[in-house]
Amino acid sequence: MVGKKSKVKSQKSEAGKTKFIELPLTRKDVLSLSVGDRVLLNGQLVTGRDRIHKFLFNERPHVKEIPFDLKGALLYHCGPVIRRTDGGFTLIAGGPTTSIRVEMYEPQIIADYGIRGIMGKGGMGRKTLQALKDHGCVYLHTISGAAVYLADRIKRVAGVWKLEDFGMAEAMWILEVEDLPSIVTMDAHGRSLHEEIEEKSYEKLKRLLGLP
Amino acid sequence: MDSLRDEIVNLYKKAATSLPQDIEESLTQAAKTEKNGSTAKAALASILENIRIAREKERPLCQDTGVPVFFVKVPRKRSQIEVKNSILEATRIATEEVPLRPNAVDIISDKNSGDNTGIGFPVIYFEESPDNAITLDLMLKGSGCENVSQLYKLPFEELKAERDLDGVRRCALDTICRAQGRACPPYILGIGIGASRDQVTKLAKVQLMRDLEDTNSIMTLSELEKRLIAEINQLGIGPLGLGGKTTTLGVKIGVNHRHPASYFVEVCISCWADRRARLTW
Repeated sequence: MVGKKSKVKSQKSEAGKTKFIELPLTRKDVLSLSVGDRVLLNGQLVTGRDRIHKFLFNERPHVKEIPFDLKGALLYHCGPVIRRTDGGFTLIAGGPTTSIRVEMYEPQIIADYGIRGIMGKGGMGRKTLQALKDHGCVYLHTISGAAVYLADRIKRVAGVWKLEDFGMAEAMWILEVEDLPSIVTMDAHGRSLHEEIEEKSYEKLKRLLGLP
Repeated sequence: MDSLRDEIVNLYKKAATSLPQDIEESLTQAAKTEKNGSTAKAALASILENIRIAREKERPLCQDTGVPVFFVKVPRKRSQIEVKNSILEATRIATEEVPLRPNAVDIISDKNSGDNTGIGFPVIYFEESPDNAITLDLMLKGSGCENVSQLYKLPFEELKAERDLDGVRRCALDTICRAQGRACPPYILGIGIGASRDQVTKLAKVQLMRDLEDTNSIMTLSELEKRLIAEINQLGIGPLGLGGKTTTLGVKIGVNHRHPASYFVEVCISCWADRRARLTW
């Protein structure tokens, strides 16, 4: 692991503060992030969705069985379109999938494997929010549906795990990214932008429908 | 039938890589209404750039190339089985060529078939065509948005939803609040109302094939569609669900007659990438 120096660098622009993050993440990196921060990610991350979560949760494979160090890793909820090429694999499209589906698995996986970042879309629930706080982890929201826009920022497929067993969409892909954009929407300090927006929308709904 | 097969491969490519003009136009207009410097505005700009790159590079604009749903009209005396076989062959070829993400998973073995074909996959609905052409309408339905669609049985006291169009309005608003930002807003809503569960879910999906610019031929429904767009956009969920003025781009409602004892309402959600394309052959 990299030393104690924070790898999060900030830069101000018209649209607000943008932070550059070098992966993997340290606890210090995570604690320096708050809801609303826009971040650009650099380095290697791994994908994992329904099947990977179910597997890590139930089988609890030893870290030695997994070909990527999940300690400090960013786990991206994504089932990409990948084309097999002579030299390996090329990523064609790779936007986020809905994160809430793995809510029942995520807290244990964060705790077991020392994951420091989750990225997906739509946010997660109370249990994950608590796990972010307990273990020093952050939830990043990337651009839903912008699969080729994001693919252009995924520079290389560095490896894959469970491709034969789980198939293309459900395998764990190791991806090298450059300036991949996302927004902190759930932080390690207990704040969730999703919860705030949901509450406001329900207040408005009640007013529109005349409900108590 | 090989040329039909090849045309269906092209239809897949068109649907997966280029969003219909009316939706792109609607997203462009929406971007203008969002505040400068807001997440909503930045999100819509990225979405529009994504649409442009996908079209230019002929790559799928979303990695979830969805469940292919075909609405097919076949002339009298043409074999539906032959058309179905062409669709299946084209699906296998398109999965390789476009490429599409293999999405068909066997319930028993949990294995992915690898080519987007399987039991009841793709989804194909047939009816007879009034003329001599075969018409294939293809929708690539993302599953994130399929997951947040809802079926209601009215009355539904929790929402004070009675058996009338105001009850339908309540269901639509409730569905969006439950969905929040989980399924790629701004959303497009297809609503189906009628007597049986299977019929309203299909009817709702058919509504998602309509052009955003079209006007419902039933005045009362046209007014409800407009009212729902305005009200949904007051909920503040916004593009990506991170806040903003644009939560929906369009609401389309279809009705069947109902049974006196039943009033089913399906609210089917599409993500902003309502990928639909037509082939006339």
